[in-house]
Amino acid sequence: MEITLTVNGEEVTGDVEPRVLLVHHLRDGLGLTGTNVGCDTSSCGACTVLLDGESVKSCTVLAVQADGHEVTTIEGLAPAGANGDLHPVQRAFHEQHGLQCGFCTPGMVMAAVSLLKENPNPTESDVRMGLEGNLCRCTGYHNIVKAVLAAAGQTQEVPA
Amino acid sequence: MTAGVIGDRLPRKEDRRLVTGEARYIDDLAIPGALWMGMVRSPFAHARIGSVDASAALAMPGVRHVFTGADLGDQGAWANAMPCAWPVTDDMKSPDHWPVAVDKACYMGDIVAVVVAEDRYTAADAVDAVVVDYDPLEPVVDIEDAAEDRVVIHEDLGTNRSYTWTLSPDPDAVERAFAEAAHTVRERYRHQRLIPVAMEPRGVAAVPAAHGGEVTVYSSTQIPHILKVMLAVTCGVPEHKLRVIAPAVGGGFGSKLDTYAEEFLALALATRLGVPVRWTETRSEAGVGTIHGRGLVQDIELAADAEGHITAVRARLLSDMGAYLQLVTPGIPILGAFLYHGVYDVPAYHFECTGVFTNRTPTDAYRGAGRPEATYALERAVDSLARRMGLDPAEIRRRNYIPPDRFPYSSSGGLTYDSGNYEPTLDRALELIGHDRVRGEQARRRAAGDTRHLGIGVATYVEMCGLAPSRVLASLKYAAGGWEAATVRVLPTGVVQVASGATPHGQGHETSWAQIVADKLGIDPDQVEVLHSDTAVVPMGMDTYGSRSLPVGGVAVALATDEVIAKAKRIAAHQLECAEEDLELVEGELRVRGTPSKSLTLQAVAFEAFSAHDLPDGMAPNLVGEVTYDPPNFTFPFGTHAAVVEVDEETGRVELLDYAAVDDCGVQINPMIVEGQLHGGIVQGAAQALWEEAAYDADGTLRNPTLVDYCVPSAAEVPSFRLDHTVTPSPTNPLGVKGIGEAGTIAATPTVINAIVDALAPLGITDVPMPATPERVWAAIRSAREAGAAGGAGQAQGAQEAAR
Repeated sequence: MEITLTVNGEEVTGDVEPRVLLVHHLRDGLGLTGTNVGCDTSSCGACTVLLDGESVKSCTVLAVQADGHEVTTIEGLAPAGANGDLHPVQRAFHEQHGLQCGFCTPGMVMAAVSLLKENPNPTESDVRMGLEGNLCRCTGYHNIVKAVLAAAGQTQEVPA
Repeated sequence: MTAGVIGDRLPRKEDRRLVTGEARYIDDLAIPGALWMGMVRSPFAHARIGSVDASAALAMPGVRHVFTGADLGDQGAWANAMPCAWPVTDDMKSPDHWPVAVDKACYMGDIVAVVVAEDRYTAADAVDAVVVDYDPLEPVVDIEDAAEDRVVIHEDLGTNRSYTWTLSPDPDAVERAFAEAAHTVRERYRHQRLIPVAMEPRGVAAVPAAHGGEVTVYSSTQIPHILKVMLAVTCGVPEHKLRVIAPAVGGGFGSKLDTYAEEFLALALATRLGVPVRWTETRSEAGVGTIHGRGLVQDIELAADAEGHITAVRARLLSDMGAYLQLVTPGIPILGAFLYHGVYDVPAYHFECTGVFTNRTPTDAYRGAGRPEATYALERAVDSLARRMGLDPAEIRRRNYIPPDRFPYSSSGGLTYDSGNYEPTLDRALELIGHDRVRGEQARRRAAGDTRHLGIGVATYVEMCGLAPSRVLASLKYAAGGWEAATVRVLPTGVVQVASGATPHGQGHETSWAQIVADKLGIDPDQVEVLHSDTAVVPMGMDTYGSRSLPVGGVAVALATDEVIAKAKRIAAHQLECAEEDLELVEGELRVRGTPSKSLTLQAVAFEAFSAHDLPDGMAPNLVGEVTYDPPNFTFPFGTHAAVVEVDEETGRVELLDYAAVDDCGVQINPMIVEGQLHGGIVQGAAQALWEEAAYDADGTLRNPTLVDYCVPSAAEVPSFRLDHTVTPSPTNPLGVKGIGEAGTIAATPTVINAIVDALAPLGITDVPMPATPERVWAAIRSAREAGAAGGAGQAQGAQEAAR
């Protein structure tokens, strides 16, 4: 089936089997490998992206369901290149050491962006409950929570 | 002063590519023309393999090949069986372990055939189409049953007992201590199996050069250097034709400190077929196909005098190897063998461990590897001794700590602890959780008959890391050495390039190593680039595991930098016509003391070394330091953790209310990274205590291989942590560092369980099984109540044991 998505602001048309998951289309079809696959049961959240501005696990969405919609992946948060500015959430993860191996990080960052959009001034408990669908094995979440709280209040001006 | 030197909380150099999604993990690599492998895995724990009918699979479009174990063996695919590098005893029994099973499947997940197809989806479909005729055999699932040899898994070995390893320097002294003891404690503890769950599943790709020659093997591994040797030995490919690259690696925790069937298969098939061959593990596959951790039964006994001074420890282990011995499987319990008396000054010591085969996934290193198990048994048993004597858990520890003036301390287990000062970490941990206030609230609730019980748990640990002096490894029969290599080059433009044999997969070596070098050279860490994880770029290395990277690999980097400085001084002295002793290295400049105008920048010296126009007589060109460092001793980090839990008597639910950790890993290069290691380690250790278990049924079927059923904690289950530290430098290395990768995991499990037992002590409970799920805690409470009603707390313990 031919589908057209707006991915990171650019319209892209592609041909996909109806059974293909959005995450596989992003990774294999469009070469956007920043979105990771950490499980096969929609449990880990590593594949979290924004669909029309709201976080979804891209392994729970068929590519054809995203036809005509806007998708933002981790690659769309900050401009590419060594000197570009990071998104405030990405910057907060860096400054607060909210990542170690980095595998959960793209999904965790996208989930945090969505969380802060819904709740710009969350409590620690709000952040912990809000990120419940994203697993991290390295950080024990301590610095992830700190990073999201640090980013809160800095995110109003950003897109997505 | 330059920012980013030793001790600074420098944000990590590696973060940018990770937070932007630019990092390339194994599955992100574009490999044109690659064929994909799919593994046909046994659904049975123990089964004779009959016919394998691949005709339906081979008829599917895009399916190229299906190989059985017999096919590959007949075709001479293997020069040797897969390696176990740690034969812990001379008479250790180890079955031949082939990448694809030949006659029998010995665990659920054992590979019985491999499909090769044009894409991963076709490979997955084809795996389902391969029909294998199994003849199920009786499985051996329980460790103690395995030791009885009722059913022998590997018939040619004649027994399920792989080895018995004993450390008993003075058996008479142990006997005497128990005979003369005023108090004795005898406890049995079980460690459930754990699934490591690095967030990135494993993966491998073998890419042969187009016209023969070199094969590049990409693998999501902690050990590219060791893997290269093992690939050569197992597949019979000359080592110089192999290059192994670990791309971005999404965590390991020991599970990627191994050499796996899929890695050997990728290389063997890529060389036979002449095209790239790759594979990425699915999470459900990882549950059975990647090693498990822990899995043992411990019997521990303490002898103590009338004041509670521990006079002897006796520990006996029955450890589950799983169906085969993986790379270091048998050695894992031995890494804890010396630590069953831990931080306590115990004169008499006996340890023995028997490793047994079961029809389950092989076990191997999982964060802490032997040391969490040792610390758990000891710290639980010490609490038992305190309860028996009516002493506070803190008091029994104070009476037994090795005093600070006894370091370096010769332990009864035969180690020399480098340095330590344990009691201040206990004091501070208790202070951080508000010990006295919580004890007050605990008493208030107990008096009021509150069903929400508060408990305080503490555990003090010492671990041995910085693996390891090669001669000590030889005495333990480990096949490899424990050194690490580093090269530091100042390039002609003044940029510093570090090549390290350590292989980071989340630990931030690029940042820490840059800080070490920048500190010594007086330059900005941004001018230091760290290369790693590629055997063509860093040919010699011993890789990353066992909290060894900093105390071995980081020290190698420091020593290589010292060589650079010494050479730079010789060159500068020659050029400036002064004595080397008169030169100092300040802010990246070699200056003549007292004459600051007379100086050369490091860059200028590097260029002189590069051009080699005017070097001292006999000096080789280029400003390079190269060191292979073999540590003189292990390092011995330590600390005390304290937790506060609330246990709901009516539901059995345990809530972790507060957690404090006071650790001492010697000098900290980057405290932010140290804290990050602790945070993650604490959650992994607490997860063993509370949530995680690879749950097998009586048929040997793993019931929870997916993340739906295997309970990795989320942010919602854990609190933030209170951390502090003391600094007791290691005298055995010039940086004074010790290592911190596993400390959190080592301390957290006994800390949490001690807290639960403390909460429930008034109900007569002295033990709860792990993981302490609400159901198990509730059952323990119920059986304690029933036993209490039937006649006293003494029987309560027996009832709990029966309930397990």
